[in-house]
Amino acid sequence: MRVETKRQPLPPRERLQQVFDIQDLTAIYGSKPALKDVSMGVYRNLVTAVIGPSGCGKSTFIRCLNRMNDLVPGFRQTGTIRYHGQDIAAKDVDPVAVRRTIGMVFQRPNPFPKSIFDNVAWGLRVLGMKDNLPERVERALTQAALWDEVKDRLKASALSLSGGQQQRLCIARAIAVEPDVVLMDEPASALDPIATQAIELLLHELKSEYSFVIVTHNMQQAARVADMTAFFSISRGEEGDRWGELIEYDSTEKIFTAPSDKRTEDYVTGRFG
Amino acid sequence: MSAADVSALQRPNDRLRRRRVVNRGMELLAWLAGALGVAILGVVVWSVAKRGASELNLDLLTKAPVPFAIGNVKQGLANAFVGSLVLVGLATAMALPFGILVAIYVNEFAPRAVRNGVGLVLDVLNGVPGIVVGIFVFGLVVVSHGQSAYAGAIALAVLMLPLVARATIEVLALVPNTLREASLALGVPRWRTTLGIVLPQTVGGIVTGTMLAVARVAGETAPLLFTCSLAGTSIDSNPGHALQTIPVAIFELSESADPADHARAWAAALVLLLFILFSSLTARWLAARSRRKLGRAT
Amino acid sequence: MSTLDATGEAARRPFPGRRVRTGDVLLQGVAGLAALGAVVLLGLIAYKIVDGARLSLSTFGLGFLTHVGWDPVHSRFGAGGFLFGTAVTSIGALLLATPLALGIALFLTELAPRWIRGPVTALVETLAAIPSVVIGLWGILVLGPVLHDHVMPALHSTLGFIPLFGPSTTGSTIFTAILVLTIMILPIVSSISRELFVGVPPELKEAALGLGTTRWEMVRGVVLPYTRGGVAAAMILGLGRAVGEAIAVAQVSGAFNNGISWNLFSSGNTLAAQIALEYQSAETNLDVSSLFYLGLILLVFSLVVNLLARVVVRRGARRQGVLAR
Ligand SMILES: Nc1ncnc2c1ncn2[C@@H]1O[C@H](COP(=O)(O)OP(=O)(O)OP(=O)(O)O)[C@@H](O)[C@H]1O
Ligand SMILES: [Mg+2]
Repeated sequence: MRVETKRQPLPPRERLQQVFDIQDLTAIYGSKPALKDVSMGVYRNLVTAVIGPSGCGKSTFIRCLNRMNDLVPGFRQTGTIRYHGQDIAAKDVDPVAVRRTIGMVFQRPNPFPKSIFDNVAWGLRVLGMKDNLPERVERALTQAALWDEVKDRLKASALSLSGGQQQRLCIARAIAVEPDVVLMDEPASALDPIATQAIELLLHELKSEYSFVIVTHNMQQAARVADMTAFFSISRGEEGDRWGELIEYDSTEKIFTAPSDKRTEDYVTGRFG
Repeated sequence: MSAADVSALQRPNDRLRRRRVVNRGMELLAWLAGALGVAILGVVVWSVAKRGASELNLDLLTKAPVPFAIGNVKQGLANAFVGSLVLVGLATAMALPFGILVAIYVNEFAPRAVRNGVGLVLDVLNGVPGIVVGIFVFGLVVVSHGQSAYAGAIALAVLMLPLVARATIEVLALVPNTLREASLALGVPRWRTTLGIVLPQTVGGIVTGTMLAVARVAGETAPLLFTCSLAGTSIDSNPGHALQTIPVAIFELSESADPADHARAWAAALVLLLFILFSSLTARWLAARSRRKLGRAT
Repeated sequence: MSTLDATGEAARRPFPGRRVRTGDVLLQGVAGLAALGAVVLLGLIAYKIVDGARLSLSTFGLGFLTHVGWDPVHSRFGAGGFLFGTAVTSIGALLLATPLALGIALFLTELAPRWIRGPVTALVETLAAIPSVVIGLWGILVLGPVLHDHVMPALHSTLGFIPLFGPSTTGSTIFTAILVLTIMILPIVSSISRELFVGVPPELKEAALGLGTTRWEMVRGVVLPYTRGGVAAAMILGLGRAVGEAIAVAQVSGAFNNGISWNLFSSGNTLAAQIALEYQSAETNLDVSSLFYLGLILLVFSLVVNLLARVVVRRGARRQGVLAR
């Protein structure tokens, strides 16, 4: 199986600006390593996809990028993650400030049990972006391609929206506070094809303003939306222990048409056991 | 946001600093609340232990009180201990089968609407203040037959009933339906399935619930004031008589002006507290254990 | 049981007609009677209390509720003073207990290191197991004197311009009763709140934190709104407990004060405590009947509290139900 990709060609590497520089990232839950020695860079104004089999540490990886894993008891990580040169895992870095700059959209739509308007406005209020609140909300909803569908019922509960609309609301909520990077953990896995397409279009529209890292199970999706693709897989030790590893990281074109690793090829061609 | 803002991660602006201070303050308050909650328990238990321990001796448990004692007469509260045993025993004997039957009906037979209705009644019963239960039994029994351990036990049983029934309903609901179906599929009739297969699964939970209920009513004073408080000082176990009980004795002694009475009140409170803490902790432990076991089974 | 005669009737009809099993009927009947018994019991309680209060009801009517004073000599009774005392003590206790209980619940769900959560939860809930008579004993002999010697004079000298903090003459006061009731309802409100907070979907909390909010902002924006209905119900149940508590209040409130005083540092009395205190001294029929009248007020209140808590919980559940779907 070959997947057609329809993207503009990538600018040359030296013209790309690095957002994240990740070196030897190892992530451990309790005593069980979930991810070992990941090194890669994430570039500005691109969509970077993370693909790989279930349990290979994709979620763990992107949750490291905005210190969401701090909330998991027993979690530890080693290695460095530099964001524009600064180590975000450093002791003196406030995870609240990190998450404020690096937003996240989750696998399952998780709107707050508030009105549609307040879902977007809550973060703005808390973060002190209270000037032009209605305009900001409208802009975020428009960017998330939801405005036309909800503009007449902003006061309605967010829970009255369909799943796809809820997920776009969550995206609006995340981009309303003007983050630099948006992390998305399988944002379309609970959605139907039409809603999925809406979200993919939206990534194309928005990547001139933001940088995206998107985890996906769906290879066609990665091929359609991503400029760069990282393939993670599960490695096994001698004692039956298993952990996730970065196998190959390159332009999406390369990963899907001429992967250099056999495991990547097996996976993208669907021969993966 | 541009790359220049990276420094914000380390040197937060005023607003973020303020938000962080508020957050810290609130976290501190929550820590203090947690500490205070534990401290209150510590202070109360410590007060009772310190004052009660010095007076706690064999005489307290074996000797009856001496009315109008002059000088250093050895006296105890044996009558109250015996009375409490009789009352709580009688109350359990009444409430336990009653409560289990109610639970069986609610969980195994009742249609949904009836189930909710009985559940509501149990909740309301559970919410009736002890003192009101006391005057209810006063009107029901005492007015015509006078105070007695029976009357007191009825009042305690009214308080126990919703506790036992609720606890039993909860464990019955945990019994997997596959078990009932397995038995019914063998052609075993409903009643044998319920009594022979389902109920034995819940013995642990019922014991736990009953222990908690006993721990609760053993310390109840209010329902006894009007039903079983005008007792003599001799050691007596005839449930036809009004018997002295530990909580009522503590109540009366605490109202006294004599420090010697206070001392005995502390000692009795310590015994009561030890009993209650022991049974509720055991019950908790049993509950955790049987929940683990049931959890494995399903 | 049928015989194993396979040749005759049984062979043609392998399933005999539906038959009524005595065991089934018996068990269902007995259990059903028990359930009916519980319902009847509640009705009987209501009937007996109303019956007992009949004399007082016909003598004083609704005026009983507003008359202040309890005068056995002239046979003039009223619940006014006790209603006032009940309202002040239980609302005071609720005002103190609620923030403390919410703090404990937040501590246990959001802040405490994992290994102390279990033990601290158990300890706080153990507080609920201590009998009221023991808390009352501690209140009258330990807490009261401390309050009288240190706390009340300090509050009076600093906040004395507020009539609530007047001069104190004894350790057995409305204030003492408020503190004792606070201790008694604290574990109820905190354990229900803790369970509610545990039930807040982690996705919602992560969504809030993912925006770059602090833990407190997340609690205010997500946890508290999400559990609002349940917390209100917990408060209502706590209020019910405080209103119905007779013994501890009878021990520490100074009692035998049937009037109305805004000074928290003076003695007072509540509906439930008044009934408890009269257990030996009720002489005449009207006297006893008036105690039943007080009991009737308590009974009605406890009914209202329970139904109200249910309604509030159901409303909250409906709101969250939408969320689940
Ligand atoms: N909170 C946690 N505590 C302990 N182990 C965890 C936790 N979260 C994930 N893991 C483990 O870490 C490994 C990687 O999990 P992760 O969720 O990152 O995989 P994933 O690639 O996102 O999988 P999926 O495609 O199924 O979402 C798994 O073995 C998982 O069991
Ligand atoms: Mg995942």
